Amino acid sequence: MEVVNENSAMLSNFEVYGLLTDIQAGRGQNKPNKHQQQLATITYETIKYLETKPCKHQSEESITEFMKELQSFNLTKAEKVQILNLCPTTAVEIQLIIEESEERLTEEQIYKLLDIIVKYNPTEADQEEDNLAEMDSSND
Amino acid sequence: MFVLAEMKDTVRIPPWLFHIKFNDAVIEALNKKLANKVVHNVGLCIALWDVTKLEDSYIFPGDGASHTIVNFRYVVFRPFMDEILTGKTKSCSKEGVYVSIGIFDDILIPADAMQHPSRLYPFEQLWAWEYETDDGKHDLFMDIGEEIRFRVVDEIFVDTTPSGPDGTANQPSEISDTESKKTPYTIVGSISEPGLGLLSWWNS
Repeated sequence: MEVVNENSAMLSNFEVYGLLTDIQAGRGQNKPNKHQQQLATITYETIKYLETKPCKHQSEESITEFMKELQSFNLTKAEKVQILNLCPTTAVEIQLIIEESEERLTEEQIYKLLDIIVKYNPTEADQEEDNLAEMDSSND
Repeated sequence: MFVLAEMKDTVRIPPWLFHIKFNDAVIEALNKKLANKVVHNVGLCIALWDVTKLEDSYIFPGDGASHTIVNFRYVVFRPFMDEILTGKTKSCSKEGVYVSIGIFDDILIPADAMQHPSRLYPFEQLWAWEYETDDGKHDLFMDIGEEIRFRVVDEIFVDTTPSGPDGTANQPSEISDTESKKTPYTIVGSISEPGLGLLSWWNS
């Protein structure tokens, strides 16, 4: 076996999650049969891990819009993929992901970046808050 | 966390699988060979992404199976350097904390890459961060099963292909012992920065 290119592209968690759910459902590739224990194990474990991550609530459209908005920040590909996968909610996390963030981004830009992340990747807690707020306003 | 690796291999399809659609048989053979396996200097292979090129199939004398050279792309788990990941603590030892991600278990955060200062409590076998505030020192324990955020600082690939038969007959037991301890792919992490470590430390 020959490895032509060990790193031809970076994949986001969302794309891998989509591929694995397709495999498990039998779309595209066949569902792993009883002779493919390894494939079944690794797809099950990876899906189990990725379901706890924000990629479960992402969609192709939200990611394209999200990437367009990130263009103004001049981030590297690795930083964009990490932001997409981790969906940081605090400035500390942004500083971990983006190298030399104090020099490249002003504090205002960091907060703007956090707002964009929340806008395109609402967490379940945010969605619950929105639902409760809607119920409260409709009861009034 | 995941990358796409382009690879090329000869796929052997035995005659009793000729009734399946050829593309499906190729995909099944590739997944059977690579899924959940570590390829040296590439990473942990997850699943096939797509087949990019299928060359002509050949049948060789003496073997009824068809052999085809296939170019394909495979999804591989291989975090890049300085990537931030979250996992669960698995165990603590004097070398450091072992973290697991579910799909991958061999992640070590060595003792010198912890928050400074940290120490190991030998009785409970747990590492703890000695955090100093105005009211004194607090010990923040790294319990087992806690979510932990770390940065990938190093990856170690070990070639575990079996060596050929040895000329000397009096060494076999040693060789099998050392081989069973070698993990093909180990990730070394660090939690020595603000924001890294147990998630409960940083969630206000």
